[in-house]
Amino acid sequence: MQSPLFLARVQLDHLIRTLAEDGYQVVGPTVDQEAIVYDEISSAADLPVGWTDIQEPGKYRLQRRDDEAYFGYVVGPHSWKKYLFPPVTLVASADRTAAGWQLSTPETEPPRYAFLGVRACELAAIRIQDRVFLEGPFIDPTYQRRRAAAFVVAVNCTQAAATCFCTSMNTGPRCTAEFDLALTEIADGFLLEVGSNAGQGIAARLGTQRATAEQLEQGCAARQQAVDQIRKQMDTTGIRDLLMNNLRDPQWEEVAKRCLSCTNCTLVCPTCFCSSVAEVPDMTGDHVDRERRWDSCFNIDFSYMNGSPARNSIQSRYRQWMTHKLATWQDQFGSSGCVGCGRCITWCPVGIDLTEEVAAMRKSVETMANSSTVVSPGQEERES
Amino acid sequence: MTDTVRKRPRLAVFKFASCDGCQLSLLDCEDELLAVADAVQIAYFPEASSRMEPGPYDVTLVEGSITTPHDAHRIQEVRRISRTIVTIGACATAGGIQSLKNWANHEDYLRCVYARPEFISTLATSTPIADHIKVDFELRGCPVNRHQLLEVLGALVNGRRPRLPSHSVCLDCKRKGTVCVEVAQGIPCLGPVTHSGCGAICPSYDRGCYGCFGPAAQCNCESLTNQYLDSGTNIETLLPLLRNFNAAAPEFREASNRLEETAQERGNKR
Ligand code: SF4
Ligand code: SF4
Ligand code: SF4
Repeated sequence: MQSPLFLARVQLDHLIRTLAEDGYQVVGPTVDQEAIVYDEISSAADLPVGWTDIQEPGKYRLQRRDDEAYFGYVVGPHSWKKYLFPPVTLVASADRTAAGWQLSTPETEPPRYAFLGVRACELAAIRIQDRVFLEGPFIDPTYQRRRAAAFVVAVNCTQAAATCFCTSMNTGPRCTAEFDLALTEIADGFLLEVGSNAGQGIAARLGTQRATAEQLEQGCAARQQAVDQIRKQMDTTGIRDLLMNNLRDPQWEEVAKRCLSCTNCTLVCPTCFCSSVAEVPDMTGDHVDRERRWDSCFNIDFSYMNGSPARNSIQSRYRQWMTHKLATWQDQFGSSGCVGCGRCITWCPVGIDLTEEVAAMRKSVETMANSSTVVSPGQEERES
Repeated sequence: MTDTVRKRPRLAVFKFASCDGCQLSLLDCEDELLAVADAVQIAYFPEASSRMEPGPYDVTLVEGSITTPHDAHRIQEVRRISRTIVTIGACATAGGIQSLKNWANHEDYLRCVYARPEFISTLATSTPIADHIKVDFELRGCPVNRHQLLEVLGALVNGRRPRLPSHSVCLDCKRKGTVCVEVAQGIPCLGPVTHSGCGAICPSYDRGCYGCFGPAAQCNCESLTNQYLDSGTNIETLLPLLRNFNAAAPEFREASNRLEETAQERGNKR
């Protein structure tokens, strides 16, 4: 990687235009519905200039900043998965004809997205979904084509929310790889790092200068500010065994009293990848669409098999989510399923905080070990 | 339809205590109405046609709740002449808005409303159809969602299981990209405990869900109402959220009763 360049504040528009000229549909953060969401943008003015977000378990509020920063906030309710793994996809259609059923798959050019403002935890999340959709025995064609066409402009965080814990998950806040370009916002503009040939091609067309030592210094300080602001931690020591060896711990019951099984945590999570596929016929039954939709382990219908749901309680669904995310994901994909973005904490209507749930589980297991009512390992099962 | 010899099921629509909105959803199916008329033989549907054929019927849609002794008797007759019964709407599936009388003395209401209450024969409660007869499918909503209604009819006609998800409204919000109004704006929303079906309309217009489709499967109303109370929403706001079209659905009924108890306890402490 070459040494960082400096992109003046006014040149951000130029970057967006250059990407658009190259046929990219630029998507990035913008203010909508009282939050910073991801949507199509056509100029730097569409970004949440001068806005920030205040986050805590179960609560998100927009707030005015006292400056005009372009990227002075962290991650919101949306994630890039909505572009790479869309909420609803038409997989195939079938029509009844005189000669029998005629099957067709939609012939669509994959959209070419340029993602502007991808944070370090989100790069890690995309990397995780790559492993799920591209690197297993089955390759997901929708994801594959969209991912291959995408251009990534990362942004280094210069502040953190109370819900961020990327440092515990070793995913941020510094963007180190897996981007085409990366920005760090400083006083009069941005430090620009180039991470790929495609990125180099775009950077060469922008009016950049070599960053001065002072600007580099400012960039370091800005990024350090994010590190310093991170308060939340998750102790991941032995987390796989902690969860998998204590599937009968009474703590699961405790969290189930609060959990609504509403599915919000999984759908805001940038790594959760579950979907269900359904055949949707029209009234005549002569035309059928096969649709894939985002689904969730918290949806009671999701484990419906042989006439009844396999996970027939909130407790078993919460446990499934947490043990998969933090434990069995490691067995399945070789990493944790959590990147520490904090979305599931903020967007849980009742503010259930997974870092606190892990801590509570540790404590409960210790208490159980010290008490006489310890459950012997033989009694443990994977599902209740 | 390719198969013209396929026997079309005979459809009937019966109305009990209700506003007609749900059966009108069927007439509202403009684009699909011809396909419906093609797929089923509309044998009894007074709202749509003056030609009323006698039973038995293959598919019977029942709208409305049971509020009079006469209707309690009539629904038995409907069951007798119907192969498959689908109840449609909050009135039929939960008792409807009129079930608010379950919390009051209906005699008082009668005296208030009617000049000659002695001519009115009514029950003390409004109850869902399933409290009276065996129901084959329940279609929720106030009113029902016409796409779901078509889905059920299509399924029955084509001999498959209707696809009626029982998850929360939240899943629909997220698929649509709607930002949660509860988390981002502090608007109390019943979505996390409410049955999917409406397409998450209210939150996309910056208002909270008020539970038209009744309780979602295994909903945790207690946790949600506790959360709202703890974050400063008052009981006067929460109670009417739970006590409207689906007030008498068991999960909502228990939740609203619990809220009232909480209010009383708090009042006593003051
Ligand atoms: S943890 Fe929170 S967001 Fe997730 S299902 Fe439970 S209540 Fe909903
Ligand atoms: S589990 Fe929660 S904190 Fe971890 S990646 Fe998913 S949404 Fe982010
Ligand atoms: S707005 Fe309501 S229904 Fe939508 S996600 Fe939030 S709580 Fe759920």
